[in-house]
Amino acid sequence: MTDIAIANLSRRRFLQGSAGLTLGFVLPTAIAANAGPGKAGEGLAAPVTFEPNAFLRIGTDNTVTVLSKHLEMGQGTYTGLATLVAEELDADWKTVRVEGAPADAKRYNNLFWGPAQGTGGSTAMANSWEQMRKAGAAARAMLVSAAAQQWKVPAGEIVVHDSVVSHPASKHRATFGQLAKAAAGEPVPAEVNLKDPKDFRLIGKKANRRDSADKTNGKAQFTQDVLLPGMLVAVVAHPPRFGATVKSFDAVRAKGVKGVVEVVQIPQGVAVLATDTWAAKKGRDALAVTWDDSKAFKLGSAEILDRYRELAKTPGQVAHSAGDADAAFAKAAKVVRASYDFPYLAHAAMEPMNCVIRLSADGCEVWNGEQMHTGDQYALAGLFGLKPEQVTIHTLYAGGSFGRRASKDADYVLEAAHIVKAINGKISGNPAVKLVWLREDDMRAGYYRPLFHHALEAAIDADGKLVGWRHRLVGQSILIGSPFEKMLVKDGIDGVSVEGAANLPYAIPNLKVDLHTPTDIGVPVLWWRSVGSSHTAFSTEAFLDQVAAAMGKDPVALRLELLAAHPRHAGVLKLAAEKAGWGTPLKPGKAGERRGRGVAVHESFHSYVAQVAEVTVAKDGSVRVDRIVAAVDCGVAINPDNVRAQVEGGVGFALSAVLYGEITLKDGQVEQDNFGNYPLLRINEMPRVEVHIVPSAAPPSGIGEPGVPPVAPAIANAILAATGKALTRLPLRTVELTA
Amino acid sequence: MLPSSLWDRFAPPAVRILLPNRIPIPMESPMIPLNINGKPYQADVAPDTPLLWVLRDTLHLTGTKYGCGQALCGACTVHVDGVPTRACSVPASSVAGRKVTTIEAVDQQRIGKAVQEAWRKLDVVQCGYCQSGQIMSAVALLATNRRPTDADIDSAMAGNLCRCATYQRIRAAIHEAAKTLA
Repeated sequence: MTDIAIANLSRRRFLQGSAGLTLGFVLPTAIAANAGPGKAGEGLAAPVTFEPNAFLRIGTDNTVTVLSKHLEMGQGTYTGLATLVAEELDADWKTVRVEGAPADAKRYNNLFWGPAQGTGGSTAMANSWEQMRKAGAAARAMLVSAAAQQWKVPAGEIVVHDSVVSHPASKHRATFGQLAKAAAGEPVPAEVNLKDPKDFRLIGKKANRRDSADKTNGKAQFTQDVLLPGMLVAVVAHPPRFGATVKSFDAVRAKGVKGVVEVVQIPQGVAVLATDTWAAKKGRDALAVTWDDSKAFKLGSAEILDRYRELAKTPGQVAHSAGDADAAFAKAAKVVRASYDFPYLAHAAMEPMNCVIRLSADGCEVWNGEQMHTGDQYALAGLFGLKPEQVTIHTLYAGGSFGRRASKDADYVLEAAHIVKAINGKISGNPAVKLVWLREDDMRAGYYRPLFHHALEAAIDADGKLVGWRHRLVGQSILIGSPFEKMLVKDGIDGVSVEGAANLPYAIPNLKVDLHTPTDIGVPVLWWRSVGSSHTAFSTEAFLDQVAAAMGKDPVALRLELLAAHPRHAGVLKLAAEKAGWGTPLKPGKAGERRGRGVAVHESFHSYVAQVAEVTVAKDGSVRVDRIVAAVDCGVAINPDNVRAQVEGGVGFALSAVLYGEITLKDGQVEQDNFGNYPLLRINEMPRVEVHIVPSAAPPSGIGEPGVPPVAPAIANAILAATGKALTRLPLRTVELTA
Repeated sequence: MLPSSLWDRFAPPAVRILLPNRIPIPMESPMIPLNINGKPYQADVAPDTPLLWVLRDTLHLTGTKYGCGQALCGACTVHVDGVPTRACSVPASSVAGRKVTTIEAVDQQRIGKAVQEAWRKLDVVQCGYCQSGQIMSAVALLATNRRPTDADIDSAMAGNLCRCATYQRIRAAIHEAAKTLA
């Protein structure tokens, strides 16, 4: 492939230091060509000429290629980042395509994560908001400058629209593609002006997803789809308990399966390598492995919960305190108490975890739905004895993640790497290896949303005012023991254990939030879409409705009373209540059905979401969620349709956890293995979801996760309104709700 | 909820007929003649190899996805003689001589094209991993029911899981496709 990428390094330094825009070196085109979805081993379709910075290229065929430093896992990031670039570039949206950027923290770090590249915490748009627009604006300025010189007209008179540069007075006109070569010779501007938001043509409008075409014709490339010459597929026998190891194994039968090439022991178990997935699976099933359980974790969920309930009787580490909560309770006229239990939850992305690795003399190449570029790069470098820059990562589409691919310790990536290391030099040609977790491997692998127990108390004084709030949480830390501990754990408090609880927005004068962090539970835990808020929003918002009932107050009115100092919370709450017809009577259900409406509001990832749920509870206690009305304030809605899509999807994701989601352990063994015993929401259970967006000029904040937290408490509050019964554990038990 | 009850609730009747345990698997079958997207193939695979893995690993048609291996999620849905079928639970040998259509060729049919276009117009996809299967199920529905109601859609599509929960848009896109086909 011919590559006439510019060699003038100065353009790669443009804006350096002036605007937080970090630009690296010329991206070797061979790597770039391999980097994007659909590009495993293929060349680029468009010739590259103009590559003004690390984030975009313009081909002579007029194609604008945006390099996404973030993973596309469904949340719409490729489209969002491209929108920002194309807006300032004034590109024709139809000509814009997106590729995953390689792992290179120097150029592609998450600006909110310091020196690390990765995707998470609903930060993709927020951290890139200026960076991507500046990348587009700089390229536009260079195109304009090239045209001004060619036409000998003042740059200020040049107009750019839909990838066409023109000078109306002289009737000169050229496409981006025609100007690309000349623009490549232009100096990179030190400063660029960004558009006035009133001139936006893409931001805040409908810009169709860039990945819709390839995701509807089978062309989109996921890790599972990578096929490399000579590649072997590995399926691994994992121990039945966390912490168990291989004592011995017999591979004779496995090696007898047609297609099986090799069987190797790795720290994670025993890997069977075969020429295809089915042979690898049959080989794995034919293995006889004896496990050493002496260091394995052997408790069940019930015993873990019993321990947590005992711990909750004693004071924990204080995460937040205001006023004098204990004194307020001592003087209280009325005290309301409740406790809540939350199970382990699996992410259960539709694409089970997998990873492809090829080791060569110069380094290693990785194909992965890569969410933790820098962490995985360093972990692999460490294992193989390479420099991080010798680890090339091709970021493919991820078939969902919900946090799972943002592994804090590179778990499944290292598993693939250990297999590659174990066969290194043993098989001629040193083939690439695709680690495939079958659904059962994925579901039993841990890295769950941690099991939590919460205990809450509210103090109401003689005047009927809510004067005290005590909230105690018990659950494993995600961050302690991880590479993020130093950065994010303060005084032993894992911030993500108490997020949404320690920053309760309500004006309650006396408040105490404390935390127990058990360290002797051997179940690996991880962030699960909305992280701490996946349980704290439930306990705080469901409890507040119990408090409102005790105070004889309307749930919306009480919240608004307590949110005077939080206008963005109040704004979404009012909007959701209004659109849902809060206060108007609900249409009654059929005979024996009980109907109710419930509300919840929660801030996560700097976005504010309120939801009103309408539910019908049947005689047998089964719950149907009929409608969810959501109001969202996420700052500037870069792509309003995607904001709606993320909230719609967030509702369905959260509803799975309300109705079914539960990973349980018995004697240390995970009891669920597939969608039969870990059911997910199906289309017939999906409520009607309406999403209303609060107009805002604030910088964009997250939207991938914030739709999730209010769902469960809004439903619990609707069930409380319908039945008088308060949910105190998830998933809901229909037996507790029978008429 | 048990897998068997789920299966009874959600598997289209035609898929149940193709369940591996109801199909005698030939013990010896050196070459399996297959007809995939109108092209003939001779697959040299073990006769118990599910159609899914022949499509993906042997024929490199990777648009059909692996999600569960137990016909619980529908990510592997293809058409066998026009009937939506979970390729993970059908031995390749059982579809010998029958016409198999995958996502890669769905745009060659009028209904398939309409469904694809509706999906794109409404931006149904998020992660996209389940969408090949969703589209194959939707096309099969519209082939037999040109004006499906929400209830028809729910019953035809309930075997296809979407963890991103794009269900509301799937419903809307099927209605949209029905409109353009009318």
